[in-house]
Amino acid sequence: MESLILFAPLFGALVAGFGWRVIGERGAMWITTGLLFMACAFSWIIFLTFDGTLYKVEIFRWIESGTLSTSWAIRMDRLTAIMLIVITTVSALVHLYSFGYMAHDPQWKEGESYKPRFFAYLSFFTFAMLMLVTADNLVQMFFGWEGVGVASYLLIGFYYRKPSANAAAMKAFVVNRVGDFGFSLGMFALFYLVDSINFDDVFAASPELAQTQLSFLWTEWNAANLIAVLLFIGAMGKSAQLFLHTWLPDAMEGPTPVSALIHAATMVTAGVFLVCRMSPLMEYAPEATAFITFLGATTAFFAATVGLVQNDIKRVIAYSTCSQLGYMFVAAGVGAYGVAMFHLLTHAFFKAMLFLGAGSVIHAMHHEQDMRNYGSLRKKIPFTFWAMMVGTLAITGFGIPLTHIGFAGFLSKDAIIESAWAGTQGGYAFWMLVIAALFTSFYSWRLMFMTFFGEARGDKHTHEHAHESPLVMLIPLGVLGLGAVFSGMVWYNSFFGDHTAMNRFFGIPTHHAEASEAGHETTVEAAPAAGDSGEGAVEATEGASHATGDAALADTSELASESDGEAGAEAHAAMAGTAPVGAIFMAADNTVIEEAHAAPAWVKVSPFIAMAIGFVIAYLFYIVNPALPRRLAESQRPLYLFLLNKWYFDEIYDFLFIRSAKAIGRFFWKRGDVEVIDGSINGIALGIVPYLTRLAGRAQNGYVFTYAFAMVIGIAVLITWMTFVGAE
Amino acid sequence: MDNLLSIVTFLPALAALILALFLRGGDKAADRNAKWLALIATSATFLISLFILAQFDRNDIGFQMVESADWLLGLQYKMGVDGISVLFVMLTTFIMPLVIAASWNVSTRVKEYMIAFLLLETLMLGVFMALDLVLFYLFFEAGLIPMFLIIGIWGGKERIYASFKFFLYTFLGSVLMLVAMVAMASNAGTTDIPTLMLHEFSSATFSILGIPVVGGLQTMLFLAFFASFAVKMPMWPVHTWLPDAHVQAPTAGSVVLASILLKMGGYGFLRFSLPMFPVGSEVLTPLVLWMSAIAIVYTSLVALVQEDMKKLIAYSSVAHMGYVTMGIFAGNQQGIDGAIFQMLSHGFVSGALFLCVGVIYDRMHTRDIDAYGGLVNRMPAYAMIFMFFTMANVGLPGTSGFVGEFLTLVGIFQTNTWVAAVATSGVILSAAYALWLYRRVVMGDLIKESLRTIKDMTRREKLIFAPLIAMTIWLGIYPAPILDRIGPSVEALVSNYDTALAAADSATQVADNAAPAAEH
Repeated sequence: MESLILFAPLFGALVAGFGWRVIGERGAMWITTGLLFMACAFSWIIFLTFDGTLYKVEIFRWIESGTLSTSWAIRMDRLTAIMLIVITTVSALVHLYSFGYMAHDPQWKEGESYKPRFFAYLSFFTFAMLMLVTADNLVQMFFGWEGVGVASYLLIGFYYRKPSANAAAMKAFVVNRVGDFGFSLGMFALFYLVDSINFDDVFAASPELAQTQLSFLWTEWNAANLIAVLLFIGAMGKSAQLFLHTWLPDAMEGPTPVSALIHAATMVTAGVFLVCRMSPLMEYAPEATAFITFLGATTAFFAATVGLVQNDIKRVIAYSTCSQLGYMFVAAGVGAYGVAMFHLLTHAFFKAMLFLGAGSVIHAMHHEQDMRNYGSLRKKIPFTFWAMMVGTLAITGFGIPLTHIGFAGFLSKDAIIESAWAGTQGGYAFWMLVIAALFTSFYSWRLMFMTFFGEARGDKHTHEHAHESPLVMLIPLGVLGLGAVFSGMVWYNSFFGDHTAMNRFFGIPTHHAEASEAGHETTVEAAPAAGDSGEGAVEATEGASHATGDAALADTSELASESDGEAGAEAHAAMAGTAPVGAIFMAADNTVIEEAHAAPAWVKVSPFIAMAIGFVIAYLFYIVNPALPRRLAESQRPLYLFLLNKWYFDEIYDFLFIRSAKAIGRFFWKRGDVEVIDGSINGIALGIVPYLTRLAGRAQNGYVFTYAFAMVIGIAVLITWMTFVGAE
Repeated sequence: MDNLLSIVTFLPALAALILALFLRGGDKAADRNAKWLALIATSATFLISLFILAQFDRNDIGFQMVESADWLLGLQYKMGVDGISVLFVMLTTFIMPLVIAASWNVSTRVKEYMIAFLLLETLMLGVFMALDLVLFYLFFEAGLIPMFLIIGIWGGKERIYASFKFFLYTFLGSVLMLVAMVAMASNAGTTDIPTLMLHEFSSATFSILGIPVVGGLQTMLFLAFFASFAVKMPMWPVHTWLPDAHVQAPTAGSVVLASILLKMGGYGFLRFSLPMFPVGSEVLTPLVLWMSAIAIVYTSLVALVQEDMKKLIAYSSVAHMGYVTMGIFAGNQQGIDGAIFQMLSHGFVSGALFLCVGVIYDRMHTRDIDAYGGLVNRMPAYAMIFMFFTMANVGLPGTSGFVGEFLTLVGIFQTNTWVAAVATSGVILSAAYALWLYRRVVMGDLIKESLRTIKDMTRREKLIFAPLIAMTIWLGIYPAPILDRIGPSVEALVSNYDTALAAADSATQVADNAAPAAEH
């Protein structure tokens, strides 16, 4: 069944992409969509019947070289199961939705066939995404990682006649590659130290890595921290975190269903998934996780500020996505991996819904995306309006304070904010998130008010012809609506609320009973207790249950960072031990969930208050006194422009990287290759050039014979030498 | 078949001989016969070479299917393959029929054209199989003559300049290699390559004009071979002949140059430099690694600003060869496995990219990127194939390009993290230049008047690409059969290399310890 889920979308993509001339456009659309719904049904069966115990399905061997050994395999645990339902559900609904949305695309000429290509790309993306989440080693994950990048590239550039779409597609791919640069180095470092990049081996070695020094570039680093940061750089690219976020808003050039599937619900959450997947490593990398928390919080804040002033409906939602991803990283950073996954799940529902709703608005308004030309649409497209309303209530976190009743975002976002409070002792991340919650509420309601309330602005004709979308587009909205309302309440306990339910859900044995219960002795508990790894090995010998760990430690090979005197010299490379059981790992000293539960009432209510303030301001600005925003923008012009231009990141990057890369390239080419290298070669050659040109002038290929002649002489010399001298 | 290797090697030459002796006339029919004979000969060579692969025992780390015979003047004719060379042989025989098929539209001097390519195939196969120094040198140097002719006769406008440059570079390298070979033959008393691989050349430090040479004779020999191989690779900074040669060469010539001829340098490092001069290699490893890392970044940046499609791809080739040299001199299993894999993969991918350029060059007779734009509108099949190989070129996982790049980087990270980090940044730059090229040529609206009537690929053209696509995907998702065959020989190479270094190390220590003792 797992293989079916995985390969059904690939099969659909291939059939639709290459066989649509045979099976027809509609055939291609139905096959891809049908297969996706099948995969979706299977995924839900797996998710609901899954007992939390890890199992693997081997497919076949992949890259093997020396001690490096990787294979194609499916790793099935709770994290994978969650991602399966998220991906296949949203993907199946987006496929269905596209029947309507892509029906009459004005970007194409009459008679041009674009639908099979679109559906093939969507299915191909789904396949790559599934490969990413089912991977059992980092390289297969990287395959999916880059695969979704390509799918994203193809879909952003789907309207290939538009220069802006082509530019955005390329930008997305290249910026993601910057992240992949970090991801790759992380993999190399892991292989270097652990001698394997399979997850189980990496997890088992994590406690050791925390005790290991690795010399990388100019200095020595703590291996666990360094690797965690390198992998996180990959996550920053894919999940559009600050500094590598610039591609995401531009990615809105793609058709709206793509934005819903790739740039809201699934691909951009891959980074969060990566951090949660690597939780056994992250737990031993305190500096790295502090960095993740800091960057996530900053991104949440930054993106929310930019979202305040954008006018393109999709861009508002794009910045909102960026901001929400920051929330997830904060949760993962403070060690509440379950909470991060919780928000990932609920966010997938309500954000996909917001995007599809926006798509429905855009569809109704004949592909007008500027909110300044909207207004008063709630009566024209009532179903879409209510769908967007549900989405907005979910994202702003509406619910009854101090209870567990509310829209999906209320439960998951509040859980993050509470975790942030617990994890940072009410520090930077907590306050950033609360402020971002206020902004989120403001821009979400601003979007609602500008689109559905007030007076109709812009082209009259368009407004008159605004029409509700067909049923194939409304059904997905309805289904996602269910998720946006209920997913929070249904799974609250499994992800965050109840510790036992959480452990059962993720297949984690209860703390400390671990060793005796499952017979899974881990060096996990021994190593951090011991000051350095040299002592760790000694202490590990104490107690019979530690025997296996000791044996493994004892016969390990030497680390290459032996040069440094202390910890590294004693540490060993082929780190052994057993991987912790459970889809996510929380070290014994990680009590963030308990502390978050015990957060004071004001902390728990703070996001609600922030949300309420945001709503009131939006109401004042866009319903009560619509002239206010303009006046504010004029009085605070520098700030307004700063936000409108997205903190000038694109301009700075263009100057710093793109222009300078081209300038350097040109310098190397003209000065380096042409002047210095060719120049000096010509200089050397100057002595024989006249001679050669004379030859070249005489016969077209004169010097070829010279060359042959030279070679023959050379052979003659060699043979003579051999015969008379060498043979002695 | 005892003479399998010789049969495979000389079958194309035989066909060339038949063409030269028996094909008369320059009319259409004669041209067609020449094309068909060349196609049949190269295809037959490929089919027969499959027997080499079938007979190849992957667990045998020595030379296999060895043929040996006395030759003139007491020299030996000796051929054989091992895990390092066998796949290069296969690559050559695989690519050549495609090259001939891609030359179907050649209309000037067809007979001579085919003879040149057939001879070239024999000489290239000889390089990968020769197990005697003199024989190797013959094949290695003679192979340049048909390439000269191909560029010089069927090339573009500035073919004279390009082949002049080619000549100068390779000639300087070859002279030094020849001198080194003479020295080796006199030192070891044999030209037999397997014997030379076991011979320990002196690595005692000596000085020339007061400058001490660490690694002694080995370093000198290494440098001499390095001069030749580095030019062939080509490595920065002796790479500038390649873009010119590629630009001027006809499409088929570019394909052979990129797919096969560039691999001779890498093969040479693995066959000669590492096993015969381990100490010399080690002494100069930092130099080679940095040259590789610089090559990757430098040429990628240069590729970014090219205006000629072929030049851009040529620079990208130099960058990819940077990964190869880096992997080889990482000196460990992953690095060398990756380097060989990268060379094979590059054979398919860059060959295909040059064919892609050829497809539109045949139609528009220009390689200027600015002359194109929006081809996807009229050439969807072309757009798809070009996209595929662009992605393979940037090392997308799932294509062969990834496996080699990944393994070389894994290998180098274990020995030098600085070089690893610099080289890894190549993945960003390669995406930038490759997609930028694709965007300018294929994407966008079709506005250029000249392109309004451009036709999509013909069936023949698609058929040429099909095997290349198949190989690129196969090597990308199931590289195990390839790595299984490379692995054991590389393992032996690495362990011999390490042993030799350790031995040399302890010898130096003993010498160091002995010296003060003697003074007392």
